[in-house]
Amino acid sequence: MAPILEIKNLYKNYGPVEILKDINVSIDPGDFLVLVGPSGCGKSTLLNCIAGLEPISGGTLQIGGQNMTDVSPKDRDIAMVFQSYALYPTMTVAKNITFGMKVRGVDQATQEQKLKEVARQLQIEQLLSRRPGQLSGGQRQRVAMGRALVRDPKLFLFDEPLSNLDAKLRVEMRTEIKELHQKLGASMVYVTHDQIEAMTLATKIVVMKGGVIQQVGSPAEIYNRPANLFVADFMGNPAMNLIPAKAMKNGEGTKIEIARKDGAPIVLTDAKNRDLPEDVIIGVRPEDIAEPEFRASQDAQFAECMVDIVEPAGADTFVVMQMGGKQVTARLHAETSATPGQMQRLAFDLGKVSYFAPDSGHRLN
Amino acid sequence: MTDVTIHPARSQSRLGKIALRWLLYIILGLFALYYLMPLFVMVTTSLKSLEEIRTGDLISLPRVVTFEAWTTAWSTACTGIQCEGVRPYFWNSVLIAVPAVLISTLVGALNGYVVAQWRFRGSNLFFAAMLFGCFIPFQVVLLPMARLLGIMGIAGTIPGLIFVHVIYGLGFTTLFFRNYYVSIPSELTKAAKVDGAGFFRIFWSIFLPLSLPIIVVTVIWQFTQIWNDFLFGVSFSQAGTQPITVALNNIVNSTTGVKEYNVDMATAIIAALPTLLVYVVAGKYFIRGLTAGSVKG
Amino acid sequence: MSKWLEDHLPKVVLAPSFIAVLVFVYGFIAWTAWVSLTRSKLLPKYEIHGFIQYDRLFAAPRWDVAMNNLFIFGALFIVISMVLGLLLAILLDQNIRTEGAIRTIYLYPMALSMIVTGTAWKWILNPGLGVEATVRGWGFENFTFDWLVNPDMAIYTIVIAAIWQSSGFVMALFLAGLRSVDTEIIRAAQVDGIPTWRVYTAIIIPSMAPIFLSAFIVLSHLAIKSFDLVIALTGGGPGFASDLPATYMYAMAFSRGDIGQAASSAMIMMAVVFAIVVPYLYSELRAKND
Repeated sequence: MAPILEIKNLYKNYGPVEILKDINVSIDPGDFLVLVGPSGCGKSTLLNCIAGLEPISGGTLQIGGQNMTDVSPKDRDIAMVFQSYALYPTMTVAKNITFGMKVRGVDQATQEQKLKEVARQLQIEQLLSRRPGQLSGGQRQRVAMGRALVRDPKLFLFDEPLSNLDAKLRVEMRTEIKELHQKLGASMVYVTHDQIEAMTLATKIVVMKGGVIQQVGSPAEIYNRPANLFVADFMGNPAMNLIPAKAMKNGEGTKIEIARKDGAPIVLTDAKNRDLPEDVIIGVRPEDIAEPEFRASQDAQFAECMVDIVEPAGADTFVVMQMGGKQVTARLHAETSATPGQMQRLAFDLGKVSYFAPDSGHRLN
Repeated sequence: MTDVTIHPARSQSRLGKIALRWLLYIILGLFALYYLMPLFVMVTTSLKSLEEIRTGDLISLPRVVTFEAWTTAWSTACTGIQCEGVRPYFWNSVLIAVPAVLISTLVGALNGYVVAQWRFRGSNLFFAAMLFGCFIPFQVVLLPMARLLGIMGIAGTIPGLIFVHVIYGLGFTTLFFRNYYVSIPSELTKAAKVDGAGFFRIFWSIFLPLSLPIIVVTVIWQFTQIWNDFLFGVSFSQAGTQPITVALNNIVNSTTGVKEYNVDMATAIIAALPTLLVYVVAGKYFIRGLTAGSVKG
Repeated sequence: MSKWLEDHLPKVVLAPSFIAVLVFVYGFIAWTAWVSLTRSKLLPKYEIHGFIQYDRLFAAPRWDVAMNNLFIFGALFIVISMVLGLLLAILLDQNIRTEGAIRTIYLYPMALSMIVTGTAWKWILNPGLGVEATVRGWGFENFTFDWLVNPDMAIYTIVIAAIWQSSGFVMALFLAGLRSVDTEIIRAAQVDGIPTWRVYTAIIIPSMAPIFLSAFIVLSHLAIKSFDLVIALTGGGPGFASDLPATYMYAMAFSRGDIGQAASSAMIMMAVVFAIVVPYLYSELRAKND
């Protein structure tokens, strides 16, 4: 299957400032690609380059097998949904949706029919004669989607489309976008700074920082095997615990020693990873630290830990401790008996930990 | 802008508060009288006979209201040697102002649209150069412009004056539209580009329909500037093409015959009427133009 | 539409204005600067003779009067307009019920042509039938107010008329500034029990520094360009007692036929404007680009 979007060695400069460096991405038809990273990482610029709204400084860009590097946005067979929705303020919803077709000279009957289809699909039939100013945030979002859907393009582009909605609506719309993707089987590129959105929507995630791709992979790969400290810290909430530790080879595997404020260090044994340097940063997801009775993994290692803070969060209870000079969060069962200022026996699932080099930040295992 | 009332401190007595309030209104009222006085004097003087002006005083109301001065001003007052009133000059001003306002507004809108939404390398430099042009004292261009108009063969003509007003009005019209269009999210232009619309299509279908307020501000600003202009009018016109401000000055300073103050005042009011009317009808936009035009550099 | 035109349309649209500015602003300034260095009289000559025109200008008593007048007029006009404008703005900011109407009255002179303003004040201030005659008619037989025809005082009549025309505008600027001060700061001060006048002097007025600067720029710009008002009110007289650089330049260019003098005086005017405006524009543009 030929990739629907293929970006090779893309560079983007503003004068002497490099915004994007050597970007290589390709996605297959039907993929949902999410570009995620902190603000200023270049993800929106990359999306604008894909749309043709920003010229690129180097490299090539293909959509549907055709070279689009120097083609205007209108000829790229794309549709785009913007963060501010960018609805035309003086046009009605119907005119907003049909404007593109009108510009392209699509005949009136087809326009009408497509408008009807899309309005039904998005349940905005009753809004068609209103203006954007009279719509709620969620309704505007739908209209913006409608304007994209009506194009039936090769590639959909989304630029943080949910970030202006309130939390509840955002979750609803997220589900709806996912549903839409599954129903249409369309190819999509989606920019967000919200790692949960990235995880829930994507079939493929690109994590970016400072104009450079940090990691490309499926949500599971990104979450379970982050390529470096940045990805580990950025993806997941609460963030992965990144604890400085000493690794020493011994008979059964590798002995991992984590310093503690007072008292003896925690010592865990990793049976699988054998070739670690002495200084490492061990990355443990909060859910991989649990009470022994709820964590029956065969790779579990146990330690007594001093509990500092207990934060009940409904479904889970988060417990904060000090280890290796860092705050470490564990996601425990809601009915945990952990109490601040008391020791708690915890299981560390060493089958799921990541190791990073402290200097380069790269993954070691 | 929100309304915040600064509440007087609670310690003040009620009586004191009321007295202070009265004082405040009296002061504001006195200032209102100060600003209104010249207009009042102009109107009353224009309605008096010359006889009454000589015997009465400045601020008294006319004993007998007569519109004689107004008819004289409009159709027979002398500007130097000609005595056909201010009417032809009024129409000159209209003929100069209307095309100059329209052209400079349209070009300013397109310029502002480019500078705000279609930036390219050098467009900011253009804007800075343009902005700078708003601030030059026009004396510095009077001499070369006079020569250029002569070379172009439009010296002393109405098209010549239109040309001058358009050129030196562009800085402000561009500034107005640029500042307005900058506040419109660039995503709108991007969305329209993805929809397949081009430069003019986006301007026509999306930006122009949004621009009514700034068009009103710009038109009012330009109209006031051009109608009230004297420097260009007196420098680049000749006997038949003078705008009304020049004619007014000539009537007032004409040395032939008796000094007819009532005619002077009637003429001055006629010259002021169009801009005053605009101010009364659309004062909000007038003020917006003033503050935006002269402040936000 | 060809691809090239499509890509370059914004530049093509801007080009005529760009050329116009280049020629009619910068080119013309250069022309005037050049001519100011020649011996041009009735017709421009292009042979450079150094700074003789400037030497003549600075030696001319009439130019001396004009520059002196500019400083007197400028200083009084700017200071009084700002003080009056600020005072009126603060008074109007006290939750006045008829604020809209009062504002309209204070500001209407700004809609008038300076020629109209000059004509009106010329009538009001003329000694024979104006204020002087009126006050005498009230029984004050010795009252004199002849500034309009008094060479020492004529420049002050221009100050009076100019303030009348522009102070309402300054008031509008300041009023907008007062209203844009963060209301939470004012509320916090009120909660702290700070008296009203202290709220103004300590919090609101200092936070309006940019508006003071803007008002200053606008007013000084108006002052330097003042031409119409002088022509209509005093004609630069008596003699040339109330000349300003703008009227001097005009007289040299169009009645005296001394283009060299006209050009050099125009250049000095521009230098004065630049000295005030350029630092302002520079800081504004920089602030915006950052």
